[in-house]
Amino acid sequence: MEKFTTIQSTIVPLPIEDVDTDQIIPARFLKATTKEGFGQNLFRDWRYNEDNTPKADFVMNDPRYSGKVLVAGKNFGCGSSREHAAWAIGDAGFRVVVSSFFADIFRGNALNNGILPVQVSDAFLAEIFSAVNANNKMELIVDLQNQFIQIAGTEKKESFAINEYKKTCLINGYDDIDYVLSQKDKIEAYEKSSKYLSFVS
Amino acid sequence: MGKTLFEKVWDAHVVTEVKDGPSILYIDKQLIHEVTSPQAFAGLGKRGIGVFRPERTLATPDHNVPTKGQALPIKEELSRKQVDTLTDNCNKYGVTLFGLGHPSQGVVHVVGPETGTTLPGMTIVCGDSHTSTHGAFGSIAFGIGTSEVEQVLATQCLMQSKPKTMKIEINGTLGKGVTSKDIVLYVISKISAAGGTGYFLEFCGTAITSLTMEARMTICNMSIEMGARGGMIAPDETTFNYIKGREFAPKGDKWEAAVAYWKTLYSDADATFDRVLSYDAADIEPMITYGTNPGMGIKVSGSIPSIEQVEESNKLTFNKALEYMGFKEGEKIAGKQVNWVFLGSCTNGRIEDLRTFANFVKGKKKAANINALIVPGSKQVERQAIAEGIDKVLADAGFELREPGCSACLAMNEDRVPKGEYCVSTSNRNFEGRQGPGARTLLVSPLTAAAIAVSGKIVDVREFMN
Ligand code: SF4
Repeated sequence: MEKFTTIQSTIVPLPIEDVDTDQIIPARFLKATTKEGFGQNLFRDWRYNEDNTPKADFVMNDPRYSGKVLVAGKNFGCGSSREHAAWAIGDAGFRVVVSSFFADIFRGNALNNGILPVQVSDAFLAEIFSAVNANNKMELIVDLQNQFIQIAGTEKKESFAINEYKKTCLINGYDDIDYVLSQKDKIEAYEKSSKYLSFVS
Repeated sequence: MGKTLFEKVWDAHVVTEVKDGPSILYIDKQLIHEVTSPQAFAGLGKRGIGVFRPERTLATPDHNVPTKGQALPIKEELSRKQVDTLTDNCNKYGVTLFGLGHPSQGVVHVVGPETGTTLPGMTIVCGDSHTSTHGAFGSIAFGIGTSEVEQVLATQCLMQSKPKTMKIEINGTLGKGVTSKDIVLYVISKISAAGGTGYFLEFCGTAITSLTMEARMTICNMSIEMGARGGMIAPDETTFNYIKGREFAPKGDKWEAAVAYWKTLYSDADATFDRVLSYDAADIEPMITYGTNPGMGIKVSGSIPSIEQVEESNKLTFNKALEYMGFKEGEKIAGKQVNWVFLGSCTNGRIEDLRTFANFVKGKKKAANINALIVPGSKQVERQAIAEGIDKVLADAGFELREPGCSACLAMNEDRVPKGEYCVSTSNRNFEGRQGPGARTLLVSPLTAAAIAVSGKIVDVREFMN
């Protein structure tokens, strides 16, 4: 996993609430058996017409907006557990998603793929949207080490929470599997005491 | 202090705790399917490791499979490749597979319970958010992403932070024509599609304990539609009677020991929850959704909210949903024409759902404008339906019983609703495009779906009941 350091970037604003995983990556694009290439179908049905021409009014097709930070309305990533949603967002070049609320599974999937979900207050989210309305080249600074997000060139900043363990993983580019594999002796010891295993085996 | 049901099961599965971090939780069973597992197996290959406990994983293809002509090779190339990849991976790593044509194949969340794989007090995961279904047995069951599928294959464990707990108590007696699907749609309409995020739910109260296992599964299935990772119901005699004698259920002395343990799985009277909600069953009527998330539900006899009734921050989402659905604020929902009916999915594709639908349409006829997809949740359900003559009753009324799979629940196979058309669906998600690009989904119970299938338009099923 790619290490996460401080990011300063312009943003792609998506002021829609309850963006569900079926919008992020529709089910018909889940037929792949690898993790690559999902970015081209990110927000497919909002981004393209049926004949595959881009929809001019969708933000990702608007040349004024680009960057490594996606900023979306409340309850981002609700719906299915498909990690393809996180792969699509990462494959499209985003490293941070900002929202005032994230669905649980999406949050975990993002973190497992080196994408940082930054949960801000409703008020700060509104500030970001109005700042980008006023200036589409506006930049956000996301500092994971010090856990704050700031509108660059202003005093507007807010701290955000992240689980200490996940923070360490992200900063160092570790993943959970390496860690759990190192605990095998404890797992085997647990199995000897498991109630469930005593009934079924 | 006492413990909640959730805490009892959680605590019994903690292998170790990470300082300042999550717990390492032992997973008793992992269920896998063709869509979210290939990259996990590939990940094992890259690490050069195998499956740690292959006997604790069970596989079945469901999302991509056709619901007609399953004996033939799958026509769609990418779908076929995914299903074949699942077969290859299971063979390579020694994982039990209920493949296409196997007598136990079906939607993974229908297969688990009916084979006796799902038992009280377990931890169960699957790369599918509706894993919450299995919570109806008093297990901790939740959906995970593919990296986590890989983690469980590699270690039989999962790093998890403990969620908060919420009790949802529903007491009283359900009215005529009101079913468990209406209960859950009602609760989601009250707390919204995000109201349960960060929580694990426990459903309780007399309106819950009086339900069958199938009906309980429908409720737990949709826990995720409130944002909760899972929902549980304490196991009781109904649970034990359902499990007893099933293929993988404990037998003999082990059964006795298991039941004795399962009887300890309930929330203690002095246990505390982070949040408690109570509802009265008498307030619940047959429900339907009008919008593009499961929280946008109303009584079938009611009206779509007017814009003034919607909270300021939700107005944009509300207007966007109505535009997508082609509805106007404040209008009545009954009387609107729909052209598609889907009965099936892990929410309502069980034998009881088929019985309910068949009992209602018996002696009636499918409305001429309706295209119906009637899809059993599994091979077992299909066999049972045929044994009971449900296929005949359906055929006489103009409906056809298909073969098992997820089908029009998520439209990965060819069962799709055309753009702009309305589909009354017993599944769990009414997101934009969920049943096909541009498709408009209205979620209902199997009973309401039956009434609409014979009427050709939205009706309150109670009109047939006097
Ligand atoms: S039936 Fe629908 S919700 Fe259930 S597992 Fe299949 S796709 Fe998911």
